Amino acid sequence: MSGAHTPGGPSIGGGWAGTHAADEQHPEQPTHFAFDAESEAKVAALIKRYPPGKQASAVIPLLYVVQRQMGRQTGSAWVPRVAMDVVAERLGMAPIRVYEVATFYFMFNTRPIGRYHLQVCGTTPCWLRGSDDVARACREAGHVAGYGHTSADGMFTMTEVECLGGCVNAPILQVDDDYYEDMDYDSTVRLIDALRRGDRPVPGSMIGRQTSAPIGERTTLLDVPGE
Amino acid sequence: MALSDKDRIFTNLYGLQDWRLPAARRRGNWDGTRTILERGRDAIIEEVKNSGLRGRGGAGFPTGMKWSFMPKQASERPHYLVVNADESEPGTCKDRDIIRHDPHTLVEGCLIAGFAMGAHAGYIYIRGEYYNESVVLEAAIDEAYEAGLLGPNACGAGWDFDLYVHRGAGAYICGEETALIESLEGKKGMPRLKPPFPAAVGLYGCPTTVNNVETIAVVPEIMRRGGPWFASFGRPKNAGTKIFCIQGHVNRPCNVEEEMSIPLRELIERHAGGVRGGWDNLLAVIPGGSSTPMIPKAVCDDVLMDFDALRDHKTGLGTAGVIVMDRSTDLIKAIARLSAFYKHESCGQCTPCREGMGWVKRMMDRMVEGRAQLAEIDVLEEVTRRIEGHTICALADGGVWPVQGLIRHFRPMMEERIAAYRERGGKVLPTLPMAAE
Repeated sequence: MSGAHTPGGPSIGGGWAGTHAADEQHPEQPTHFAFDAESEAKVAALIKRYPPGKQASAVIPLLYVVQRQMGRQTGSAWVPRVAMDVVAERLGMAPIRVYEVATFYFMFNTRPIGRYHLQVCGTTPCWLRGSDDVARACREAGHVAGYGHTSADGMFTMTEVECLGGCVNAPILQVDDDYYEDMDYDSTVRLIDALRRGDRPVPGSMIGRQTSAPIGERTTLLDVPGE
Repeated sequence: MALSDKDRIFTNLYGLQDWRLPAARRRGNWDGTRTILERGRDAIIEEVKNSGLRGRGGAGFPTGMKWSFMPKQASERPHYLVVNADESEPGTCKDRDIIRHDPHTLVEGCLIAGFAMGAHAGYIYIRGEYYNESVVLEAAIDEAYEAGLLGPNACGAGWDFDLYVHRGAGAYICGEETALIESLEGKKGMPRLKPPFPAAVGLYGCPTTVNNVETIAVVPEIMRRGGPWFASFGRPKNAGTKIFCIQGHVNRPCNVEEEMSIPLRELIERHAGGVRGGWDNLLAVIPGGSSTPMIPKAVCDDVLMDFDALRDHKTGLGTAGVIVMDRSTDLIKAIARLSAFYKHESCGQCTPCREGMGWVKRMMDRMVEGRAQLAEIDVLEEVTRRIEGHTICALADGGVWPVQGLIRHFRPMMEERIAAYRERGGKVLPTLPMAAE
């Protein structure tokens, strides 16, 4: 039971927090987490979306609140295990049910990440349009060894993600919540340099397209009522 | 005959105009919604049946019939409408445009559909990556509440209806309707064994209907213009307008709403600027998102883009994500990357999928190199047949169909790859590898 990711024996069902010898192996894991005022307001509104007694439905939304608060407070958007226990207690769930959810879904970072999360779509539609170049630019300009790594300066973590659902604007690089579209090597380098300077370029097409419309003259929606 | 702008439902597909309520109203959204609801449940379902609308999420099940499966009589168990906005099928990005640019088509559709199936509450399950889109959608719902279009006595038609957004967190499997329900209940997204179907036992054990975003969003316009109007587009049983996502090796990738049954070649050449390097440079097309088997150029020359025409070629319309690949494409690698996708996304519940997706990926990786015995192409094909149809949900089916399509149409390419590897003196194991190689 001393494995790095195995919940401790005496505390089965009671969560990991503060009881686990393996904490020494995970110095990054904080020993305490509490929702701040901004998060508490969100938590209250989110739980209300579900019928009485069905508040477990709010587990994904609450884990997002945790991840966002960590980003706000520490500059690294992730979900420590002690926070999973807080979510479990709040929703009346067994801690294991929250751990299951936090590890089943790909978007929860169960380890600290860099300031910016570079998520390169490598699925076939993006690959056909040059996602290998985008990934190479992330490694070279961001000084990241590869997928799953963080740059030495703590600025960038790089993850290969599966289809982001923006395929007509491939290839796509998602930075935190934002999609940067129609990327190539050079535009990726420029984007990463801008992020390093603290700038946040406007998301969307990097070649000036109107969202998912074809580049150049449109073939449809030339005559619509409205504005 | 291309669809004209006056017959397009998603008139703000590209976000040229504002998505907010006043502009949406000028485009015709929320026009006479109360009158539509006053026609009653049965009349609405009948109109949707008459329109010939089939589900836009991939399976193409007739929508009106699906709604009619919901219990007619209210019981203690509430009814739920759940909208599948988990758009994750590689090659598909249509619902994203509806949500971020035309959200009121969806919100109004939810009210009409919810009313028609006796639901007082609806949840829109949107993929977690669509964060910015979810912000727009929540704002659109908020302004609909403020205008009295949702909530108690929605639209003044005497029906209470609440609508909520629920974000997923990065799991393709949650596009499967029962996995989506599990996820919405706060669990891992693992599909349920059916029956019981969601119309009997769905969200929180209550009668539930799960519909794709595009399916729901076309309903208000069908109600306003009539089922026969919608049915006038496309061939019989393949009715309506449809958003196609044209991508890959085309000159001008785009989303476009077109008539069903449009020839594939016309779709690509009219709207996407043609295949890079000209039509003769085309190698193959994946016509309906990653799960649908590819078709070679000879089929692409004259195939129609609808459910039945593509089924006749052992593929499908799926989500209408059209992935175009020209002659420069390493097709084996393109499919191997899809195999990696399905391995990554298998929820692990069923053994043929959990083990099979990894096995198929490893085989495909060797096929990319050519590091294989010729006979292993048949082994690969045979194993995909053993996986197909032997799991709770269709993820594994969708995972092996692309491989089957590759073998069906491009076996010589795989054989050449194997021969080239041998010529280079590459080493191949003399025996067939086992599953746990």
